[in-house]
Amino acid sequence: MQPIISISGVTKTYATGFQALKEINLDIVRGEIFALLGPNGAGKTTLISIVCGIVNRSSGSVTVDGHDINRDYRAARGLIGLVPQELTIDAFESVWATVNYSRGLFGKPADKAFVEKVLRDLSLWDKKDAKAITLSGGMKRRLMIAKALSHEPRILFLDEPTAGVDVELRQDMWAMVRRLREDGVTIILTTHYIEEAEAMADRVGVINRGEIVLVENKAELMRKLGRKRLVLELRSPLATVPDAFSRYALELSPDGGQLTYTYDNQSERPGVASLIRELEAAGIQFRDIDTENSSLEEIFVNLVRKQA
Amino acid sequence: MNPRAVMNLHAVWAIYRVEMARALRTVLQSIVSPVISTSLYFVVFGSAIGSRITEIDGISYGAFIVPGLIMLSLLTQSISNASFAIYFPKFVGSIYELLSAPVSYLEIVIAYVGGAATKSIVLGLIILATASLFVPLTIEHPFWMLAFLVLTAVTFSLFGFIIGIWAKSFEQLQLVPLLIITPLTFLGGSFYSINMLPGIWRTVTLFNPVVYLVSGFRWSFYGKSDVSVGVSLGMTVVFLLVCIAIVAWIFRTGYRLRN
Repeated sequence: MQPIISISGVTKTYATGFQALKEINLDIVRGEIFALLGPNGAGKTTLISIVCGIVNRSSGSVTVDGHDINRDYRAARGLIGLVPQELTIDAFESVWATVNYSRGLFGKPADKAFVEKVLRDLSLWDKKDAKAITLSGGMKRRLMIAKALSHEPRILFLDEPTAGVDVELRQDMWAMVRRLREDGVTIILTTHYIEEAEAMADRVGVINRGEIVLVENKAELMRKLGRKRLVLELRSPLATVPDAFSRYALELSPDGGQLTYTYDNQSERPGVASLIRELEAAGIQFRDIDTENSSLEEIFVNLVRKQA
Repeated sequence: MNPRAVMNLHAVWAIYRVEMARALRTVLQSIVSPVISTSLYFVVFGSAIGSRITEIDGISYGAFIVPGLIMLSLLTQSISNASFAIYFPKFVGSIYELLSAPVSYLEIVIAYVGGAATKSIVLGLIILATASLFVPLTIEHPFWMLAFLVLTAVTFSLFGFIIGIWAKSFEQLQLVPLLIITPLTFLGGSFYSINMLPGIWRTVTLFNPVVYLVSGFRWSFYGKSDVSVGVSLGMTVVFLLVCIAIVAWIFRTGYRLRN
């Protein structure tokens, strides 16, 4: 299937000489939730801004649903809703006016029923006559989302959607994202909260220093790069790890009661099964066993560190 | 139908409406304060100076300064309306929405400049009505009066739009109106006929574009002008074209909008 967004060879060098993006190639699949991960200053917002038409790229090309973002900017931009990172709203407008304004700006005829539905879905209906300046931070964030959804976009960009957002709003937002996806909306979110990507995304892209370091199906990524840890609670404490187990690089807890084995699917270390067999053969007994998968966060930190 | 050939009229209307709503919300600042300050000009200049200069070109001094006063407000308000309208979203960051919307540059200009010009035209007409309470007015060429009003409002709204895009701070936003426009309007023959100036200063004055606006506008009232009406009209149109060219360049290059 044709990707809904196709970014090829996009670079961006600012007038200051700062190269924010180096040769970005990225396809976004129709209907997916794509998480773009990266540390601050990695180029996430620059990339989004280029696709949305806010920043001019230095070279390369971008198409949105087959429409070139320059030649067919109307068709391309009309499909996109953007929720930027900063809370930037005309403070003196009412919620109702500002959301209707956004709808008009994107070329849609007035539709009070639809705008009402958007506001109700985001628990903003009670505030429809309030001026933006009187809203709390969380409410402003909802308002930004309402503006982006006011024109029924097929693609939604969420730039750091949950930065500084409380738990309730975060959960509401995740629920909303899932609902939108069920309606076939493609969602691209940038974040440096890994758990967000882990909870939401179908695919994950990691960007660092203006380069896409990796794009992978999330589950695949976790499987391929994920470290696993096996923790054994020993029946009787050990003073040292016997030399016979040196190839496992086991860690012994200070009290000698716990053995930890760290392994991943790429390493050359032997598997868990052989370790357990050998421990039994050596007469080391354990009363409990526990395994942990490493989180996306660790994977991410490793990747970024490797590149630095 | 080619979607690019269709205007996004919903967007033009949305922007225009927001701009007009702002004017209504800030009605004191937008309408009342210029009316009060114009009335003060009228009282101070009209009475104080008018008692010494009884008439110019056969027109009573009070009536003589009316077109100049309207022009003065029209220029400053057009510039400040339009420059603020585009600078403010840049300042708070809400410009992102405009830049990401399927709107053409032409539509953006029509909406913002249209909004700013509408406000200053309404203001000009209110000042005209206010002035008619103080002095008897005649308007010999009502069509041309309106034409100069609209042309000037549009031209200087465009000029304000350029300043609003160029400005990087509120200080810069005020700089051009304060350092250039205010002196030009005061020296542009609003309060006197340039024929009253000594030779060399009269020549210098002819480099001031405001002279042509005021002169042409005054002609539409009283049929008398400092410079010929054709030249007035020509100069106004030239300035309009210059502003259009600059705006076109700004949008083509993304100057200070799309870095």
